[in-house]
Amino acid sequence: MSTSTTPTRTSRPDFKGRVSGLPTSAKIVLWALFAVFLFALPLLNIPFITTADSDFGGVLFTVSTYVLVALGLNIVVGYAGLLDLGYVGFYAIGAYVVGVLSSQHASLPWLVAVPVAIGVAMISGVILGAPTLRVRGDYLAIVTLGFGEIVRLSLINSQWLNGAQGISNIPRPPGVTLFELPSLDWSSGAPVVDLDNTTTFIKFGIGDFIPYYWLALVVIGLVLLFDILVKNSRVGRAWEATREDEDAAELMGVPTFRFKLLAFSLGAAIGGLSGALFAGKAGFISPDNFILLLSILFLAAVVVGGAGNRWGVIVGAIVVGYFPERFREFAEFRVLVFGLALMLLAIFRPQGILPPRRARRVRRADEREEHIEEGLPDA
Amino acid sequence: MPEPTMKQSEAETDSVIHTEVDITPLDLGGSTVPEGEKLLEVDDVTLRFGGVVALDGVSFDIRKGEILGLIGPNGAGKTTCFNVMTGVYQPTSGGIRFLGAALGRRKKFAITKLGIARTFQNIRLFANMTALENVMVGVDAHHSTGVISAMFRLPKHRHEENTGYRRAFDLLRFMGLEDKANELSRNLAYGDQRRLEIARALATNPSLLCLDEPAAGFNPAEKLRLMELIRSIRDQGYTVLLIEHDMRLVMGVTDRIVVLEFGRKIAEGAPAEIRDNPAVIAAYLGVDEEDAS
Repeated sequence: MSTSTTPTRTSRPDFKGRVSGLPTSAKIVLWALFAVFLFALPLLNIPFITTADSDFGGVLFTVSTYVLVALGLNIVVGYAGLLDLGYVGFYAIGAYVVGVLSSQHASLPWLVAVPVAIGVAMISGVILGAPTLRVRGDYLAIVTLGFGEIVRLSLINSQWLNGAQGISNIPRPPGVTLFELPSLDWSSGAPVVDLDNTTTFIKFGIGDFIPYYWLALVVIGLVLLFDILVKNSRVGRAWEATREDEDAAELMGVPTFRFKLLAFSLGAAIGGLSGALFAGKAGFISPDNFILLLSILFLAAVVVGGAGNRWGVIVGAIVVGYFPERFREFAEFRVLVFGLALMLLAIFRPQGILPPRRARRVRRADEREEHIEEGLPDA
Repeated sequence: MPEPTMKQSEAETDSVIHTEVDITPLDLGGSTVPEGEKLLEVDDVTLRFGGVVALDGVSFDIRKGEILGLIGPNGAGKTTCFNVMTGVYQPTSGGIRFLGAALGRRKKFAITKLGIARTFQNIRLFANMTALENVMVGVDAHHSTGVISAMFRLPKHRHEENTGYRRAFDLLRFMGLEDKANELSRNLAYGDQRRLEIARALATNPSLLCLDEPAAGFNPAEKLRLMELIRSIRDQGYTVLLIEHDMRLVMGVTDRIVVLEFGRKIAEGAPAEIRDNPAVIAAYLGVDEEDAS
């Protein structure tokens, strides 16, 4: 970026430029079309994209939980700059709260258990954060790493939580049966409407995971909206300042500890929400679902995508969640390739696939500046 | 913190400083001190690190509306003095009174909110934030928008964003940085980074602005322009504490000067008195005490 000229506002005739130059109404239509496409994705059964070896609806749901978790972890790692290696702990807490309240010790409906799960995960984030956020960098990583393992080991050894056997018979989310949606069949080379293979809108059953994916999409949309609104405010600025230089931020009037704790607990709440979704879909949870590897994969999603950019971490989560499923036919080789790909990425694009896009922010700031200048009496 | 790039010629030609922009301190309803009265009192402050005495019974006060120079040779304790005043270090003994109340063990951000802001000797901007955002962080010191207000875009959020961005932009204009508002601060020229630090500190609406060698790395012409800028900041109603190495420079801009050497105050007074003070001359020229007196 040149230091002598402000970045120009003229939209270059590339795709991004043309889209951002469109009027708001057209943008809304485009976004709506994209949303419809995302919802229809498991019904379209597009060749090559669809996973042949595992149920595509289920894969999409898994990818969605990765996206949700990555969005939550991005607040902690990307915005506030706190390295959290035990994020799976919050995911486990969310799932187990739902399990305990709806199956193991009470029989509340899933929908009632979810807000409690979010709340408990958030409180556990505060409890973990209050003492540990006073240490920085590597030390915080080690403490959170321990936290993730402590949660898992406590689950295994707690009779109250049914130990290693886990909790089963977790109720499904409530649904209403409205109509049947057919899917497409591409086996003849061209798309044919397949009326035998339908999905009930909107029934959360056992065999068909597509409605769970839809639910996850709605939740992702809400979390994204929350993310955008909060990031683009005093709170987001305080997080970034803390990440950039904690001492300087403190001396500029940012109560850094409070904001770090806030980031930590919001991240934990989103992790808990993802866990609650997972429990509702799986119907059965055990400590084996919450291994350390998941924490690493979650963090990989954030770092691979581009920590600090919400669209980047979504891409990262899709990479980490989807590709291993897509290439299941290569069995263990896919893990090898995945590892290689991560190494190559770390070497050639250490900022992630989509690093935080300062350009977009600059454009937004330019608009604000114009707005301010209009309001000035002498300009 | 990436190494700031030296682009002094650019800094010299580019920036038009708008000292006419109104950046007078906002009345936030805190306690105030009449012009010329004691704003901050450093009272017999001693600071020890193990066996090393960094500050040794230092006392002086800063009066409202003045530019006080804090000078001394390398390692005299000037920056340490800043650090004690802004809550980075707790004095081993003695204390600091600001606006008539002891600072005590207040947290750093609380002291900033109370009205002491500072810049850093080695630039410490938020490198990956834009110039405007850097200043906004300072403005935010007196804001209270939280997650709920931001999430629902409540009137408090909207009001604070509107007035805050206007204030931040005014400060950038005052410093001649309005063209750079949307540049990442790490991409700014060295001189612009220095001025952005001052803008960010001013954004916290300080009663006392502490500048830690703001002219470090500048050529003589740039230094002079900066000193004019500091004087116009004072004229807008701020009190300034200035650390500076360059004696001649300090003489021209300050109202009073405090001289430190080896953690002790060796002189205090008007620039003319300091210039002729044998102890100060000795400290700067490295002459033995006996020869000087």
